[in-house]
Amino acid sequence: MDKFLTFTIVGLAISAIYAVIASGLVLTYTTTGIFNFAHGAAGMLAAFAYWQLRFDWGWPTPVALIIVLFVLAPLFGALLERVIMRGLGGTSETTKLVVSISLLLGLIGLAQIIWKPGVSRPYSTFFAGSPPLHLGPTTITWHQIITIGVAIGVAGGLRFLLYSTRIGIAMRAAVDDQPLTLLNGARPHRVSMFAWSIGTSLAALGGILIAPLVPLDAATLSLLIVSAYAAAIFGRLRSLPMVFVGAIVVGCTEAYLAGYLPQNQYLPGLRLASPAILLFLVLMAMPQQRLKSRTRSREFFPMPSRAGAIGFALAVAAFGIVLATTLSRPDLLVYGKIFSIGIIALSLVPLVGFAGQVSLAQLSFAGIGAIVMAHLGTNGNPLALVYAALITGAIGAIIALPALRLSGIYLALGTAAFAIALDRWIFTMPKFSVFGWFDVDLFQQGSVSVDPLNLFGYRFDTAARQMVLMSITFALGSLLVVAIRRGRLGRRLLAMKDSEAACATLGLNLLETKVLVFSLSAAMAGVGGALLGTQLSSISPQNFDLVNGLSIFALTVVGGIGAAGGALFGSISLNGVLPVLGALIPSLTTYLVILPGLAGISLGRNPSGVVHELRAAFLPIVEVRPALVATIGSLGAIYALRMVDVIDNWPFVILSVAVPIVAVVAASFAQREPTALVPDEVPMEWRGLIEPWSPEDGRALDRALGISEGQLHG
Amino acid sequence: MADLAVRHVTVNFGGNLALDGVDLEAAGGQVTGLIGPNGAGKTTLFNVITGLIPADAGTVSLDGTTLDGLNPTKRARRGLARTFQRLELFSLLSVRENILVAADIRRGWTRDKEDPDAVTEEILDRVGLADVAAERVDSLPTGRCRLVELGRSLACRPGVLLLDEPASGQNETETARFGPLLRELAAEGMAVVLVEHDVHLVMAVCDRVHVLDFGRIIAVGTPSEIQTDPAVVSAYLGTEAGAK
Repeated sequence: MDKFLTFTIVGLAISAIYAVIASGLVLTYTTTGIFNFAHGAAGMLAAFAYWQLRFDWGWPTPVALIIVLFVLAPLFGALLERVIMRGLGGTSETTKLVVSISLLLGLIGLAQIIWKPGVSRPYSTFFAGSPPLHLGPTTITWHQIITIGVAIGVAGGLRFLLYSTRIGIAMRAAVDDQPLTLLNGARPHRVSMFAWSIGTSLAALGGILIAPLVPLDAATLSLLIVSAYAAAIFGRLRSLPMVFVGAIVVGCTEAYLAGYLPQNQYLPGLRLASPAILLFLVLMAMPQQRLKSRTRSREFFPMPSRAGAIGFALAVAAFGIVLATTLSRPDLLVYGKIFSIGIIALSLVPLVGFAGQVSLAQLSFAGIGAIVMAHLGTNGNPLALVYAALITGAIGAIIALPALRLSGIYLALGTAAFAIALDRWIFTMPKFSVFGWFDVDLFQQGSVSVDPLNLFGYRFDTAARQMVLMSITFALGSLLVVAIRRGRLGRRLLAMKDSEAACATLGLNLLETKVLVFSLSAAMAGVGGALLGTQLSSISPQNFDLVNGLSIFALTVVGGIGAAGGALFGSISLNGVLPVLGALIPSLTTYLVILPGLAGISLGRNPSGVVHELRAAFLPIVEVRPALVATIGSLGAIYALRMVDVIDNWPFVILSVAVPIVAVVAASFAQREPTALVPDEVPMEWRGLIEPWSPEDGRALDRALGISEGQLHG
Repeated sequence: MADLAVRHVTVNFGGNLALDGVDLEAAGGQVTGLIGPNGAGKTTLFNVITGLIPADAGTVSLDGTTLDGLNPTKRARRGLARTFQRLELFSLLSVRENILVAADIRRGWTRDKEDPDAVTEEILDRVGLADVAAERVDSLPTGRCRLVELGRSLACRPGVLLLDEPASGQNETETARFGPLLRELAAEGMAVVLVEHDVHLVMAVCDRVHVLDFGRIIAVGTPSEIQTDPAVVSAYLGTEAGAK
C-alpha cells in the first residue's frame, strides 16, 4: 500500500506536467488548426534558458522564472505565429506537419549550438533543500507539491480565460468557425497570436518543471512529451477537462509501470517506450473517423513522362558512377549515403506523395531491413535483400491496419509512436528466443556488423562499388515509382488521396489499397536500409532513430514528395550539400544542424516542392536539342579532364554546376528568338511609341479599325 | 433491372431529425425524381443509401436483399453508384483517368472481363467529354465536372444511379442534352434517382417524383400530380393553406 501511494504521488506529479504541456498544445491546435510537433521543443528551449539564467548565471529563481515564462516564451510563441504559422493557410496537412517537424529539428539544432551537448548541467528541483512532507506512510517533495499546484492553477486560469474574458470567448469562437468570427469583427490573427503566446508559455512551464527529473538533453527533452501528446489526444485535441483526465491516466500508468513491472532484462525498454505505446493505444481508441471527402490543396505533382523517367534514371546512375570514380575513399564514406538514404526517401513517394498517408516510421523500417541484412546476409548473401523486403513489407502491412482508422496528423503521431517504440524498446532488446525455434539478437544491445553484398561472386566491398550499386538501385527504384504513378495502382492512390468517400462509392477496397501501399513502401525502405547497412558495415539503433527519420521526411517533402526527384533532393541535401558546406566553411559546421529545419519551414511558400521548380527552370535544355547535346557533351568532356587528372575535384564540381546553368540560359535565349518582336508584330497600341511612326502604321491602323481609304478621304 | 427500396429511414444529427421515416422506391427502367427545398435531407438520404452515414432506423434494400450493415464499398459492388452535390472529383487526375480509375476498380473485382480502356473511351463519347479527355478536371467548368462524375459512376456499370444535382452549373445546351441521356440510361434498365433543383428537367424526365421536406416525404406521384399537390406548393411557396 505504501508503495502504491508513493507511485501514485509520483504519477500525479508527472501527470500535472503532462497536463500543463498538453493544454498548451490543445490551445494552439484549436485556435489555428496546426498541430505543433515542436511544442515540446519549445518547452525544451525554455528549460535550457531557465538553466542558463538560474543556474549558470545565478539569477534569483523568481526573476529567472518571470523572464522565461512571461517574457521569452510568449514573445517566441507570438513570433512563431506571425512568421511561420500564419503563412500555412490552404496548405495540405502534410505541409503543415513538415513545417512543425522542421521547427522541431531546427530548435533541437539551435539548442545544441547554444548549449553544447555532452556537458553536465546540474538542474535542481524547486526547494530541493527543504525536507519532504510526510503524508501518512509516504512522503511528498516540495517540487511535487508545486507541480501539482501549478497544474491546478493552470486549469483554473484557463477556465477563467476561456469563459470569462473577451479574448477567451473569441478564442472559443475561432475554434468553431474562423471565417465567421472574422465577419463578426473579431481579429483572428490577434487571437491566434495570443493563443500561441499562452501555449508556448505553458510548454515552457512544463519544460522547466520536468527538466530536473531527466537528463538535460535537447532531443530527449523534446520527445519526452510524447506522453503529453497522448494526453492531448485523449481530449480529442479539443476538450481541456478531458486533456487533464488523459494526463492523469498517462502519468499514473507510467508511474505504476515503473513501480510494478517485474525486473527483467527485456522490460526496461518497455518502460521507456510506454509513453509511445500509450499514445498508440489512445489513438486506436479514437472513434472511427468518417471517410475523408474532397480536400483542396495547393500541391500539384505532374505526371512523369516515360522518356523523362528513363532520362532521370540514367542521369542518376551516371551521377553515381561519376561520384564513385572521382571521390577519394574518405569522401566516399561521407557522401556514400546519398543513394541509400535516397532509396529510403523514395519509399515516401508512393505512400505520402501519391496516397497521402503520412508515415514517420520509414527509417525504422529501414532499420529492420538492416537488421535482417546483418543476420541473414552472412557473406553478403543477396537473398537477404529479398528477406528484408518481405519482412519489412509484412510489418508495413500490419502498420496499415491502424491507418484505416487514422488519417492526417493522427496517422503521423501513430507512426511516430511506432518508431519511438522500436527505438527505445525493441531495438535495445537483448537476445531472445522465438518459441524456442531460433534466437534473435537484433542489435546485440549495441551494434552489429553487416557483410558487404556479394552478387554472383562479385563483392561490393569498396565504397566506390557500393556507391555505383546504390545509385543503380535508386535509379531502378525511381523507375518503379514512375511505373506506379503511371499505372493502375498510382491512379487509385491519387484518387484515394483526393477523396476516400468517392473511392468507396466506386467499390474500391480502401483497406486492401492502404495495406498494399504501406507494405510496398515499407519494403522499399527495408531494402534501402539493408543496403545502407552493407555500406555502414556496422549498424546501431542510433542510425535509424526517429529524429534522423524526421530530417529525411522533411527534406523529401521540401524537394517534392510527389516525385522521385524530391527523394533525391532530400537525400542530396542531407548527405551531400550539408557535408560540402561543412568542408567549404568549417567554421559553419556547428550551425549547419539547423539548415534542414530552415528548409522545411520555408515550405509554406512552395508546397509542390523545389524539384517542381527546378524541372521547370531546366526544361529549356531538354526542349532545345542542340543545348541538350552540348550539355551532355561538355559534362562528358569535363569528366574526361577530371579522369586524366587535368583538373582537380573543386574545379570539376564548379564546372559541372556551371555547364547546365549556362546551357539553360543559352537554350532559353534560343527559344525566345523566333518570337522576338519584328516590326509587323509590334502591337497596335505601341506603334509610334517604341519606334518612329510611319505611314504604313497609319494604314495598318485603318485596316485594324475597318476604315477604308475611301471612307476617310471621300 | 434493379429496384431500390428505402423503408422508414431515420437519421438523427444530435437531436435534429435530418430524415424522419423516409420511404422511397426507385424501379429499374425509370427515372425517379427526389425534390425538396434546401436542407430537406436529399443528400443525407443518398449518404444513407450508399452507406457513407449510418441510418438510426429503417432499411435500404436492392432487389429485395437488404444492404444494411454493408460498407460503401460493398454497396457499390452490389450495383449502387452516385454523384456528389459537392463535387468529389479526383483533382490530381485527368478527365480520362477519373473515369478509367473507376473502370479499373470494377475490373479488379468483377468477373466480367471488359477492357477498362475501352469502357472509358465509350463513356467519354457517350457523356460528351472526348474533347477534354486529357485535361485536368480542375480546369473544367462546373457543368462539365458534373458530367465527369456521371461518367465515372457509369464506369461502375451500376444498377442504381443516384444523381445529386447533376445539372446544376450546366448551361442550357448541356441541360438539353442531359435529359435525353438520363432517359436512355433508364431505358437500359437502370434505376435512376435524380435530385435536382431544375424543375423543368425533373418534370420532363421523371416517371415518378418524391418530395422531401424537413426530412419527411410529403408527396409522391407523377410530375403532373406533384405540380398541383397543395402540400408541395406550400413547402415551396410557404402558403399557410397547405400546411400539414
